[in-house]
Amino acid sequence: MPDAVETIPIRLKVNGKSHSLTVEPRLLLVELLREHLDLTGTHVGCDTTYCGACTVLINGAAVKSCTVFAVQADGAEILTVEGLETDGQLHPIQRAFAECYGLQCGYCTPGLMLATHQLLARNKRPDEKAIRKAIAGNTCRCTGYQNIIKAIQAAARNMDGVQQRSSV
Amino acid sequence: MTLGEPRRWVGHALPRKEENRLLRGRGKFADDIKLRDMLYLRFIRSPYAHANILSIDVSAAEAVPGVICTLTGAEIVPLTQPFIEIGPDPFAKIKDYPLAVSKARYQGEPVVAVVATSPAIADDAAEVVQIEYEALDPLGDGEQALQDKSLLHEEAGTNRVWNGVFEYGDVDRAFKDAAYIVNIDRLHFHRFSSTPLENNVVIAEWNPKDERIYYSCNNSFPSFAIQFLAAHLNVHIDRIRVETSDIGGSFGIKITSYPQMAVCALASKKAGRPIKWVETRSEHMTSSAHGNERTFRDTRVALAKDGVITAITSRHIDDCGAYPRYEPLGCVIWSQVFPGVYRFKNARIDFMQAVTNKCPVGPNRGYSRMQHLWFLERVVDICAHELGIAPDEMRLRNYVRPEEFPYTTPNGCVYDSGNYPKMLQVAKDLIGWDEWKKKQAAARKEGRLLGIGIGTTLDSGTNNFGQSQIVNPGLPYSGNSQGANCKLDIYGEVVVAVGSCPQGQGHETTAAQVVADVLNIHPDLVTVRTGFDTERNVHTGFSGTYASQFAVSGLSAVHGAAQKLKAEMKRLAAFTLQTKEDDLEFSMGAQGPEVRARGNGKSINYWGLANLVNANTAALPPELYEVTLNCRYIWRAPFKVPDKQKKYGNLTLTYASQLHICVVEVDRETFIPRILDYGAVDDCGTVINPPIVEGQVYGATAHGIGAALMENCVYDAVGNMLTSTFSDYTPITAVNMPAVKYGHIETPSPHSYSGAKGMGEGGAAPIHTISAALQDALFASGIVIADSFNNADSLFRAMVAKEIGQAQKLVRVERRV
Ligand code: FES
Ligand code: FES
Repeated sequence: MPDAVETIPIRLKVNGKSHSLTVEPRLLLVELLREHLDLTGTHVGCDTTYCGACTVLINGAAVKSCTVFAVQADGAEILTVEGLETDGQLHPIQRAFAECYGLQCGYCTPGLMLATHQLLARNKRPDEKAIRKAIAGNTCRCTGYQNIIKAIQAAARNMDGVQQRSSV
Repeated sequence: MTLGEPRRWVGHALPRKEENRLLRGRGKFADDIKLRDMLYLRFIRSPYAHANILSIDVSAAEAVPGVICTLTGAEIVPLTQPFIEIGPDPFAKIKDYPLAVSKARYQGEPVVAVVATSPAIADDAAEVVQIEYEALDPLGDGEQALQDKSLLHEEAGTNRVWNGVFEYGDVDRAFKDAAYIVNIDRLHFHRFSSTPLENNVVIAEWNPKDERIYYSCNNSFPSFAIQFLAAHLNVHIDRIRVETSDIGGSFGIKITSYPQMAVCALASKKAGRPIKWVETRSEHMTSSAHGNERTFRDTRVALAKDGVITAITSRHIDDCGAYPRYEPLGCVIWSQVFPGVYRFKNARIDFMQAVTNKCPVGPNRGYSRMQHLWFLERVVDICAHELGIAPDEMRLRNYVRPEEFPYTTPNGCVYDSGNYPKMLQVAKDLIGWDEWKKKQAAARKEGRLLGIGIGTTLDSGTNNFGQSQIVNPGLPYSGNSQGANCKLDIYGEVVVAVGSCPQGQGHETTAAQVVADVLNIHPDLVTVRTGFDTERNVHTGFSGTYASQFAVSGLSAVHGAAQKLKAEMKRLAAFTLQTKEDDLEFSMGAQGPEVRARGNGKSINYWGLANLVNANTAALPPELYEVTLNCRYIWRAPFKVPDKQKKYGNLTLTYASQLHICVVEVDRETFIPRILDYGAVDDCGTVINPPIVEGQVYGATAHGIGAALMENCVYDAVGNMLTSTFSDYTPITAVNMPAVKYGHIETPSPHSYSGAKGMGEGGAAPIHTISAALQDALFASGIVIADSFNNADSLFRAMVAKEIGQAQKLVRVERRV
């Protein structure tokens, strides 16, 4: 075993805030978020990239942060669940999950909301099939997905409506 | 019993109080918690299903920089007592320690613990621990284990954990008089686990200064865990504090984390610092807890000419894995639903439980009842097909009838309320039964394999723990209880604490709804404490969250505590406002919630009341000194101890029911079973918060569909678990889950204050339903659905075996008419 573990300096922006850190090469992005930055809203549910509890946005793309080394996120902009709200106002996706009872224990919810974020950025009015496909990598053990799908449909309506109104 | 106050909140949808923190990433789950100077623990686990441990060398691991200590089974034996065994002798003689001592009995059993300053260092050190094993032949199957040719636990002298015969009515006569006898050789209910998304987590601190043990964890039945831990660790129970916060699902699986809790405490004592252990998913899959696996042998069913079942006899072999732990409670818990939803009066079930070299089982959503309910549904369904009676008609002929409630079962359980024929109709309407029947006929003409299945099931809630005396007459448990506390804090806030530890069931919300109705205030004005804490002093010996009961036991306790508080507030207010208690009304005033005298219009707000008790006490007359505005109430279920010899008595307070119908098509080429339509009807009596109930139904349905088609804990011949990751176990995802059509009926329970019945486990309705639908699809091909798990692979094998004439004949019908 080496006496001194090699460390690597990285810089990244998380929820709009810049950070410079020195990390072990084996550190995972999810560990960086949870243990070093204390952003514990991103969760871990498996060890084979199956469950998506750890989903965050890296430069706008939904990524499973348990499967990315922290050093790979050097220079990236990251959005976690803690960054969804603006000045204490919930994001329309968060509001829709609340209104549609889209969560029970809430463990999967941060990852699901970020997967939803990516979906709605790419497809403003996804149909049910597209929604199911978009969250296929996010396991929820409590809800049976039914209310999550309703929530995503509601979020799509809310966000689309807002955009249409503001563009008039 | 009825609710005295008008229901402005109970019975209505109310957004959940929990959402604010959970949606913002501010929930507090066990792994989010850090204690000062905390160390990290890793387990080294047995790679063998069955092996002698010849030697353990931890020296290289202890030399790794950052490693604080290690712990082995041999080390903890002199420090502890083996865990309590719930069952009787001879199996009570076994020695169950949380680390394997001289023998490992399942793949994944913890053997050594390594403690280090970081999880990564602990991982590194775990790699260099040397353990020498001598592999032994594993016992992978309950029936094989019962032959006792080799033993898991030598101290017991047998692999049989428990055996008992449950016999009621006149079985022999019923068989003598039968028009038909259907013999079913073997049915098998598979092993699976509801695998909460959050794994087990334990933080333990054994404080050397005061010899107290503090736990922050996600155990879901802490009052049970501390009873095991106190005896095991030789400490007074009052010295163990368990706190839980947000829990990422449990479904019963987190009840049995007390062995890991023990190791963490012992490691903390040795290291002198707090310890954190976070289970990995693979650890969870191999060594947390699985649901009970059960085999049903030599089933005989007596039927009258019209298809009415008159008697059933059968031999049931339950496989509980390597250590009984919560078992053999499951050996009696199934009998809460002894006849299922059916009217037959005569039955003899010979029930046995065996240990095998597999992961220990634990209560898993639908615990022990779902296996039996699936068995009964298979029996009814197989008989229907064999006798050529339509499966819906067969059920109608055999259901307990609506006018028979409250219905006493042959073993003395009292089904409080229900209406199964009505549920069947609602479910048929949901999916459009007649249309599907037509489509099915057309599909069959094209040679397609399309089946429609019905599953009727029960979710019995609020156990009578007296049933534990049926498995072991020496046990000191009976009845059921839950505690709650409702108080006005010093500034008059309404604060509620309950002895439950919710994992997404919305207890904070529903408890607030109940209190809001009692005090006539908005639920936002009620603070409900999150999670469980032994030091809140509200819990009883049965507190926790399990066994479909919060709506009954938890909310009844909350209701009782709120009423007690209200009575005290009335006494105080009557004195202050110089009026009679029945002249008082509870309402909202300009300064918040208040109590007002109708006669003179005077009022006092909650702060004023609280102040009199806490800070303005000279104004309080001595006759009111007993008023504390801090009211603990213990709700007790009205149970008697069952007759242990006859195995007779009421074992559960409420019987929620579920009826599902689904349409399944098995692809002719790929054998992939696909769900084309799915309807779920629920009856849990009076509904407290409709969307919360609906959410529970969807969740339980997903677990059942997953279990029926995708989720199976598979072991190979030498005891390797082949589904030890999510990628192998494949929990159901949004693309496999069909859209569910939801319906409900309400038959209020006479046994709960609100008419609600406990719900949430769902009785594994989808497993029964999908088995029935597959049966319907494949009966004409000569296939009997004899296993609760069916996927493309197993269906393909069954079809091939049939085609090449190698299928075993499982069912034989004797016709006497
Ligand atoms: S924790 Fe990242 S996919 Fe499961
Ligand atoms: S809400 Fe519990 S896992 Fe999704």
